[in-house]
Amino acid sequence: MPSTVALSVARYRPEKESEPTFQTYEVPYRKDWVVLDALNHVKDTLDGSLSFRWSCRMGVCGSCGMKVNGTPKLTCATFLSDYLPGPIRVEPLDYFPVVRDLVVDITDFVRKLKQVKPWIIRKEEKTTGEGEYLQTPDQLDTYKQFSMCINCMLCYSACPIYGLEPGFIGPAAIALAQRYNMDSRDEGSAERLKLLSEHDGLWQCTFVGECTKVCPKHVDPAGAIQQYKLTAATHWVKSLLLPWGTR
Amino acid sequence: MSADPHYTLYHPRWYRRRVSVWWWLKNPSYARFVLRELTSVFVAFFAVVYLWQLHALVQGPEAYGQFLARLRTPLFLAVNTVAFLFVLFHAITWLNLTPKAMVVRLRGKRVPDWAILGANYAAWLVLSVAVAFVLLRR
Repeated sequence: MPSTVALSVARYRPEKESEPTFQTYEVPYRKDWVVLDALNHVKDTLDGSLSFRWSCRMGVCGSCGMKVNGTPKLTCATFLSDYLPGPIRVEPLDYFPVVRDLVVDITDFVRKLKQVKPWIIRKEEKTTGEGEYLQTPDQLDTYKQFSMCINCMLCYSACPIYGLEPGFIGPAAIALAQRYNMDSRDEGSAERLKLLSEHDGLWQCTFVGECTKVCPKHVDPAGAIQQYKLTAATHWVKSLLLPWGTR
Repeated sequence: MSADPHYTLYHPRWYRRRVSVWWWLKNPSYARFVLRELTSVFVAFFAVVYLWQLHALVQGPEAYGQFLARLRTPLFLAVNTVAFLFVLFHAITWLNLTPKAMVVRLRGKRVPDWAILGANYAAWLVLSVAVAFVLLRR
């Protein structure tokens, strides 16, 4: 077992350089260390100027997404031991503008997420006196998988369509739209369909399927999008055959 | 402050990387995806051959005989073999993707992927056998 492992980290310091370069750090190898531990070691003891995002260290917050040896990963769940003997290449997520080192600007994703209205929409809200909206375990089961999304954006970084067509609403936002569409308490699917059947919505997806492969929470955004396409297509056929029935 | 005139302190200057034309070679599954998209050319090729066949059929027995003779030339055999392999790749990958889009629920529980896949392959087999039966019947 090696005593150290080399970490090749993408650096981008806009005050110094016009494009990213790589810097190599030799970090102690420990069996129980993840890439994020190694980055924190660098920041604490070797080079305090390295910038990266992280928070929970346990795959819940979705902040520490980076590319490890070319694949989008949550660095808090990516063990050094899986990449021996190294060097391990750490880069910022693809397709987002890099602010500094491993930090990307996520404004585009946050704006798109808000567009799909990822909350329960009711035509008329119940009053508190009427009680809660009830749901059976089977009803919960229809959308639960899609509700596990932690907005880590690994799926965007894995999606070549998002890279080529930056307007594309993208995997996570569509999966979350589907999460609310399938929720028995929600009545907003028509509003969401209107947005998602536009040019930058569902039909931009050509089913590469990588979003599902990289998802650390097994959300299956590719599945959500294809199911949504099926719903949208059925809706369209219905509106053609029964124009009075789909209003 | 740095010497770079474009940089303003406390004001972000993003780095945006352009997507390379060769993005689909970076990852084997991207390459597979592009290959799958290309199969559409061969599907179109078979459609054109089929239209050509119909055209020959309408022209009469002589033209149809000529059409069949042309299909037997080595060039056509080679092209058809390649096209067939691509269409087969298209069909198999298409069927393998069906469980993602088809969510069937029986008594509140989702039907497992293997059952959806199995049903699709079975339907494919039944239809192929039916077509073969009609074509090979004397």
